[in-house]
Amino acid sequence: MKATLRIKRFDPEKDVKPVYRNYEIECDPHDRVLDALNQVKWLHDGTLTYRRSCAHGICGSDAMRINGRNRLACKMLMSDAGEKVTIEPLMGFEVIKDMVVNMDRFFDAYKSVKPFLITGENPSGQERLQTPEARERFDDTTKCILCAACTTACPITWTNDQFVGPAAIVNAHRFIFDSRDEGAGQRLRILNQQSGVWRCRTVFNCTDACPRDIEVTRAIEEVKRALITETIS
Amino acid sequence: MGECHSILSSIRGGMERGGEQMAYHRYDAVIVGAGGAGLMAAIQMAGKANVAVVSKLYPPRSHTGAAQGGIGAALGNTEEDHWEWHMFDTVKGGDYLTDQDAAEILAREAIDAVIELEHMGLPFNRTPDGKIDQRRFGGHTRNYGEGPVRRACFAADRTGHMIIQTLYQQGIKENVQFLDEYFLLDILFTNDGTCCGCVVWEMKTGEIHVLHAKAVLIATGGFGRVFKITSNAMAGTGDGVAIPFRRGVPLMDMEFYQFHPTGLYRLGILLSEAARGEGGILRNADGEAFAERYAPTLKDLAPRDMVSRFIFEEVKAGRGIDGKDYVHLDLTHLPPEVIDAKLPDVTDFARTYLAVEPKKEPVPIQPTAHYAMGGLPTNTNGQIINDELGAVIPGFYAAGESACVSVHGANRLGTNSLVDLVVFGRRAGRHMLEFVKSAPLPELPPNPEDLARTEIDSVMAHPTGIRSAEIRSRMQEVMMDNVSVVRDAAMLETAKEEIQGLKRSYQNVAVTDRGKVFNTDLMEALEVGYMLDCAEAIVEGALARQESRGAHYRTDFEKRDDANWLAHTMVRKTSGGLELRKKPVVITTFEPKERKY
Ligand SMILES: Cc1cc2nc3c(=O)[nH]c(=O)nc-3n(C[C@H](O)[C@H](O)[C@H](O)COP(=O)(O)OP(=O)(O)OC[C@H]3O[C@@H](n4cnc5c(N)ncnc54)[C@H](O)[C@@H]3O)c2cc1C
Ligand code: SF4
Ligand code: FES
Repeated sequence: MKATLRIKRFDPEKDVKPVYRNYEIECDPHDRVLDALNQVKWLHDGTLTYRRSCAHGICGSDAMRINGRNRLACKMLMSDAGEKVTIEPLMGFEVIKDMVVNMDRFFDAYKSVKPFLITGENPSGQERLQTPEARERFDDTTKCILCAACTTACPITWTNDQFVGPAAIVNAHRFIFDSRDEGAGQRLRILNQQSGVWRCRTVFNCTDACPRDIEVTRAIEEVKRALITETIS
Repeated sequence: MGECHSILSSIRGGMERGGEQMAYHRYDAVIVGAGGAGLMAAIQMAGKANVAVVSKLYPPRSHTGAAQGGIGAALGNTEEDHWEWHMFDTVKGGDYLTDQDAAEILAREAIDAVIELEHMGLPFNRTPDGKIDQRRFGGHTRNYGEGPVRRACFAADRTGHMIIQTLYQQGIKENVQFLDEYFLLDILFTNDGTCCGCVVWEMKTGEIHVLHAKAVLIATGGFGRVFKITSNAMAGTGDGVAIPFRRGVPLMDMEFYQFHPTGLYRLGILLSEAARGEGGILRNADGEAFAERYAPTLKDLAPRDMVSRFIFEEVKAGRGIDGKDYVHLDLTHLPPEVIDAKLPDVTDFARTYLAVEPKKEPVPIQPTAHYAMGGLPTNTNGQIINDELGAVIPGFYAAGESACVSVHGANRLGTNSLVDLVVFGRRAGRHMLEFVKSAPLPELPPNPEDLARTEIDSVMAHPTGIRSAEIRSRMQEVMMDNVSVVRDAAMLETAKEEIQGLKRSYQNVAVTDRGKVFNTDLMEALEVGYMLDCAEAIVEGALARQESRGAHYRTDFEKRDDANWLAHTMVRKTSGGLELRKKPVVITTFEPKERKY
């Protein structure tokens, strides 16, 4: 198929503000949008800049706005993207160059919710026990690949740079509901603050954006409910 | 960059030469690569030494996250198992080229390493009584080959994802210093050959940094991207293997490159062996479950090198689907709930990329370049060795897929790479910690950044010319056509000549992006240069090894030849070209036998 990629370009060493450029390509409908970007970079314009690695939706490098929606370029096929594809960087973060945005704020928010198991003593020489049901309780949120598609799809994030954002809450959820973890109180206290879960207005953009089909809004709701039902000291 | 800012700001001005900025930092140890191996090493040292982790990708983007099926350890949670059996399978799977002292460590320490991962928080699937669940995987057997055993510990089919997440989380907890999106350009040595740091390139600014350290660990992963069809990430370009090779460090067993039997047709995206572990069957154009014909006991779960060759034979005999170069992986007979619970991701790949519903239709697959058994030669403490006698290069370490311990010998068993990462990543980290406690900081050579800068300047020399993408795709075709599942002298000579030609073209490689900020055009050009070196080493080893063993199969030498080739190869760059030597295999327990499954 023939396709036109309309790509928002920005080179900080040359451009004062971003410009859209069009690239005509010939591709297979089964090609990923990432393949189309590669084709532009490898055959037409070596300056086109984007992050990528795994090329099959598991490393979280190439979240970007495709036709106005946050998608992984490697998980969307050209047949679905159509003959005219608009490609833009994620919104809400500083653009470093073309599709490459500054991820500092994203990873800082992630780190702020203590995304690691908090426990006392471990049994020596053997695993902690956990029932399959207890393991299932937080399965959905273990799938997160930190791609930032949800956080940068959230209108609250665009206007409030203090909001931790959906991805950080998803990762807090992963531990809060893990039966082995003892740090739920600490995390809930963090998420109860000004910048925490209460900023969320349940817009559902995050769930729509998530390439791992995580029920992001539901995870956020569960954290809110835990805050209401649990007495936090 | 944490505490090093003070050094940086006080020295930076003084280091300006010829208008170019160069930043200087001092550490006890630098770890290059933030995959499973690098992070496991870093966690050992965090808080106990001043250590930095350099990575060209954000750590959780490392390719360890792509691992699907599981991590092997003889926990015996669902049926009887022993580390001795695991050791035996590793040795036999490696076609007896495995160093048995290393295999013993791997199998013994796997148990406690998996428990450590669980304690760190890794959400393994569980048995009904709450223990870590285990499943079958290719080449893993009970009682020295009697039949398949459940040894692979897993978290659905995203075990690697959970490992990389868990280790990154521990790194955050332990306050590890991460230099994200910094790219390794050079390793530094003193005159007497002691490692004294490395040179890296900050992608966001284009600035060059010298990291002065007592020890450096290479954990940069594999180089599957030298082949056209591969399961490896685009970042799997062998940088950390090629850079020391250019500096005269030998590489070991490079000819052993594993092709995994089940990559998605044309794309190479992996469908984990777990699919066959859960009962999936390979079928040819006649619908025949052909693996049974070749390996009556283990059938579809024979080791990967063999199953890839079975597919090759079927295709050659005209029994590929529609006469083409692929066969089917049939999961249609599995209960849909097993597919959803245990193989959600891999079946999703088939749906997303091939529009095939694995619950209803068979999935088109072909062998895909997957894993480098070879790499930087190390001893069992992760120290890089410089010759066939085992002399170490002080302060220089490697672990993970970029290293060759050698636990995988001529063919790695499924689930053994993740074990390798945690077991030998941990050992390397612990050894480095002891080393940096007592070792003095070696002096840097004068103008330490010179070689790195020259490399960048020469790659940047041509704004127009031959594109790195063109050289790369030619290389990938050459390697796929001549150096993959089946090889012979003529194919290898062709490949050698072609690679030399491509290296000459590379002298004129074009970099059209002339900027400093996030120059991925330059990055890709550098990576192509590294891959050409890896390809050259693979071909050299493959040409020299006149036998068939494990993943290295030569139609002109179809038999394994223990009399001449029960030995590792070590290839080294010298002023007179490539030099190849043999290193004896360590055999402690299991005498080499013919491999039958
Ligand atoms: C699809 C797939 C599935 C797999 N499934 C399994 C499985 O089920 N079980 C199993 O045991 N094994 C499996 N493997 C193999 C295993 O996952 C890999 O061998 C292993 O993860 C490699 O880990 P590593 O730490 O050595 O390197 P990687 O995880 O590849 O990390 C390399 C690191 O080095 C960094 N780096 C590279 N070059 C540079 C540079 N120039 N400068 C700075 N940093 C650099 C990268 O940023 C990255 O952080 C699988 C492999 C693939 C591809
Ligand atoms: S929750 Fe989904 S969209 Fe958000 S960062 Fe994780 S994987 Fe990406
Ligand atoms: S490149 Fe890894 S998620 Fe797209």
